[in-house]
Amino acid sequence: MLSLIDPALVAHLVLIFVVFNCLVLASAFMVWMERKVCAYIQDREGPNRVGPEGLLQPFADVIKLVFKEDLRPKAADAFLFMIAPVISTATAFAAFSVVPFGTETTLFGLLSEPVRLEVTDVNVAVLVIFAVTSMGIYGIVLAGWSSNSKYSLIGGLRSSAQMISYELSYGLALASVIMVANSLSLREIVVNQSGYWWYVIPKWYVFLQPLGFLIYMTAGVAETNRAPFDFPEAEQELVAGYHTEYSSMSFALFFMAEYINMVTVSAVATSLFLGGWLGPLLPSWLGWIWFMIKVLLLLFFYVWMRWTLPRYRYDQLMEFGWKWLLPAAVLNLIATAAMVIWLG
Amino acid sequence: MQVIAFYILAGVAVLASLGVIGQRNPMHSVMLLIVAFGAFAGLYILLDAPFSAVTQIIIYAGAIMVLFLFVVMLLNAHTEDDMVPATIGPRTLKMGVLLSILLSGEMAWALTQIGQSAFSTDPGAISSISSVGHIGSVLYSTHAFAFEVTSILILVSMVGAVVIAGRPRRER
Amino acid sequence: MILLNHYLVLSGILFAIGTAGVFLRRNLITILLSIEIMLNAVNITFVAAGRYHGSVDGQIITFFVMTVAAAEAAVGLAFVIALFRHRESLSPDAFTSLKW
Repeated sequence: MLSLIDPALVAHLVLIFVVFNCLVLASAFMVWMERKVCAYIQDREGPNRVGPEGLLQPFADVIKLVFKEDLRPKAADAFLFMIAPVISTATAFAAFSVVPFGTETTLFGLLSEPVRLEVTDVNVAVLVIFAVTSMGIYGIVLAGWSSNSKYSLIGGLRSSAQMISYELSYGLALASVIMVANSLSLREIVVNQSGYWWYVIPKWYVFLQPLGFLIYMTAGVAETNRAPFDFPEAEQELVAGYHTEYSSMSFALFFMAEYINMVTVSAVATSLFLGGWLGPLLPSWLGWIWFMIKVLLLLFFYVWMRWTLPRYRYDQLMEFGWKWLLPAAVLNLIATAAMVIWLG
Repeated sequence: MQVIAFYILAGVAVLASLGVIGQRNPMHSVMLLIVAFGAFAGLYILLDAPFSAVTQIIIYAGAIMVLFLFVVMLLNAHTEDDMVPATIGPRTLKMGVLLSILLSGEMAWALTQIGQSAFSTDPGAISSISSVGHIGSVLYSTHAFAFEVTSILILVSMVGAVVIAGRPRRER
Repeated sequence: MILLNHYLVLSGILFAIGTAGVFLRRNLITILLSIEIMLNAVNITFVAAGRYHGSVDGQIITFFVMTVAAAEAAVGLAFVIALFRHRESLSPDAFTSLKW
């Protein structure tokens, strides 16, 4: 009977379940971290009533949102209105499916064959991430359009135009790393970063591609519509941009999609530039702890930027993306190509 | 397993394409075409061409369709339009039907001339097709000229699109 | 067992659907969408034939076809916008002033 259940298949299903739940918990954790960090930056304490240090605050928020009424404007296109947050969330989760977060594990000998700690590994993993993030634009465009309200439409169009513009620099930063790593598979890129120079400095690509890292993080922040590039959803400008007309769980889905996009950008940046699950002092099968630490550092950086920097105006934002970031990314690509050819 | 996947993906592609030409609302046509592109990408994966699948999603579903969507929203083209052409007379209709039957008959005859052609299962050939490195090296060596000309083509079309659709210049 | 013939028949059907869309629809944007369907049908043929012959040229031609389709869609939509600004209509029957 047990031979009918393939243990590798069960292990994969368990892995998918674990990754999915970790992502959902990560978005809940991000809600808490954002409010706490924001509070301490603003010299106050933040949520401290629900649970120790306010850690259960996201769950209280979710319970409140679930009990709210799910409104729909009458003139809105019903199907598109309903499916827009689903597209946003689905693409946010799907982009994480090719990110490796550890080496193989046999679950302390329970499995006969080691299972790699990722949902799947395709040999075009970087392109898959790029493709799935391009699909995420539709959630925002459809949300803005189908709400049939001028705030939503303008917010949706601005937001998607911003995402498309910064996708170019995003792709070029990815291309530079691919040139250095000579592979499109994220797992191979991380494995290429193992080892140390002079026994002290790890061979991470952030030291080989510092400008590429900066370009990637800037484009990633702009892609996820976070400050300082969050003009399309700024409260003072457009009520709430493309998700003005959404309430209750649909709104929660958009929020979750935004946080999970942040987690994905941070996770991909960790794999590409910061050495993924590699790190000193821990055995390699505990590499996922290092992965989590690095992703948390990048997420803290995200939140810190939001509450420290002022917001770009929309035309300043687009000018920055096209006139400064894109030429910088192209120059980075050319310089990387020259170095790869020169140094072999 | 592959047979089931092929029939499902082919069915989705054909149904979505029928929806594209059959829907009154151009917004829904664009959405259905995106679904069709997803089905095409699945077919490319079945054909051991992951690079084509991913570039299909990136270029077609991620960029071209967003362009279409923006134009549909800009021109407010979400109202109904005529589906039956009003200016086709009975003689043109008969000619059209006759030509379509001729075309489909010719395609069917051409397909019968091929015979049953199975795909090779040689793992070496498969790995050389699906390897992005191989595609890249062939693209940049054998087809380098076409590649460079394509980049000039894109530049020209970009400039052309901006000029044609740009704001009408004020009369001096 | 999926043969090359299956892919060719599928591609033929999709091409016919695209052609029908170009002839039967009276909306410029839908006509452009049908042209995209036709180009994709051709792409499927190329990739399937490439897989059959074990050559990577099928995917390379597909790459070029996709790029040309992108360029053509951009220019075509620019035309649609310019025409719409002129006549406020998206039907090709509104632009027949040069017909004899």
